[in-house]
Amino acid sequence: MIEAININKSFGKLQVLKDISFSSGVGECIALIGPNGCGKTTLIKCLLGMVVPDSGGFTFKGEDIAKGSAYRSLIGYMPQIGRYPENMKIGQVMDMLTDIRQKHHGLDEDLIGAFQLKKLYNKRMGTLSGGTMQKVSASIAFLFRPEVLILDEPTAGLDPIASEILKEKILLEKQNGKLFLITSHILSELDDLVSHIVYMQDGHIIFYKAIDALKTEVGETKLAKAVAHFMNNKTA
Amino acid sequence: MIKIVKYILLDILRNKIVLAYTLFLLAISFTVFSLEDSVQKGLLSLLNLILFIVPLVSIIFSTIYIYNSSEFIELLLSQPIKRRSIWLSLFIGLASALSISFLIGAGIPVMLYCTSATGLMMVLMGVLISIIFVSIAMLATVKTRDKAKGIGIAIMLWLYFSLVFDGLVLFLLFQFADYPLEKPMIAITALNPLDLGRIMILLKMDVSALMGYTGAIFKDFFGTQKGFVVSIFIMLLWICLPLFYSLRKFNRKDL
Repeated sequence: MIEAININKSFGKLQVLKDISFSSGVGECIALIGPNGCGKTTLIKCLLGMVVPDSGGFTFKGEDIAKGSAYRSLIGYMPQIGRYPENMKIGQVMDMLTDIRQKHHGLDEDLIGAFQLKKLYNKRMGTLSGGTMQKVSASIAFLFRPEVLILDEPTAGLDPIASEILKEKILLEKQNGKLFLITSHILSELDDLVSHIVYMQDGHIIFYKAIDALKTEVGETKLAKAVAHFMNNKTA
Repeated sequence: MIKIVKYILLDILRNKIVLAYTLFLLAISFTVFSLEDSVQKGLLSLLNLILFIVPLVSIIFSTIYIYNSSEFIELLLSQPIKRRSIWLSLFIGLASALSISFLIGAGIPVMLYCTSATGLMMVLMGVLISIIFVSIAMLATVKTRDKAKGIGIAIMLWLYFSLVFDGLVLFLLFQFADYPLEKPMIAITALNPLDLGRIMILLKMDVSALMGYTGAIFKDFFGTQKGFVVSIFIMLLWICLPLFYSLRKFNRKDL
């Protein structure tokens, strides 16, 4: 469904993505992990068309994403740090997005309900706390029932109850056959969610494996330990 | 795209600076017209004020507005909207807001006191200059990521067009006083939309005799139908070129 073909990207002298290629299909739940500054967010932004690669590119359902913007109607994106127009209210942002997307019915308002955002609809985005901002981002990502969900550090800043709600939502939607791309540093949290692991380091993809294969390969049952084991072997 | 323009316009209106600018223009226009005893003199004073204030407000307000919309732009970019639509909507929103406030703030008083060809020309030039400086602001902001630097560039550009350019032209004229520079001056004028606007209005006022021989040449060229069409075309180029160049840059920009 999503295919990356030889993506290269530099910011000035620093080459952030080095010849990245992979492809993922429907129903996968991919965890994108790796140390800070290894290019995870840049890769995601390339997929969304926010960062333009120097060479190579993504295809979405076989279509080159550089050719149009329609594919983004099938993607829900939750950024690592939500940035919203500061003097707009939560309600106005939601209304504006539904208005622009021209999709007024069949909206998925589960998360809005679960996070009780309706009560906060009159608050301005500029006054929100980091956690509330994350709740808004998550609600927007799921709102239009997209086929692909891209969550960049979804639970960072969320309280335990809210992150539990979000995880349950992810599990539910995963069963509905949606493709997930999640980045996180908290491996224990990904354990029961993800089906595949992409490990990135210094702009390279070190491996792209199904999680079961990875676990049996290294003989560990916990994801964190399996990845750690793999990394130790790599560096040794 | 119309929807995005709608949201941008609403946002600009909520921001109240444009409203203050409109009231300010209204206040100056009415003051100037009631202070001067003849309408022509009033128009001339207003011309100088407008050529000073309108480009300044247009370029600074647009620059700051575009920098402050970075969140809005990012939010829209993750939606199924083309980059081109976002950028052009910003331009249309800013250009129409500033043009409308000029039309209300200066257009209405001018039309009330002096509904002549001169008055019409002044309103037309004011609107064109507003839009040109929005377009230049878009270019200044797309080139640099740093807000302070971007606003600095915008101020420099304004200084250049309203002061430095004229100084350079005067310098040239004095240095090459022995040569016939009248005809090349027409071409040089095209390099500054403010000068072009000023000349177009002055020629309508029949004060070109004050400008000496160059004035006569200007009258010969810009005073005709052809000259009018050419200068409007040059003004439109001043809108389109910076806008399209900035659009090309924006299409490749990392956000």
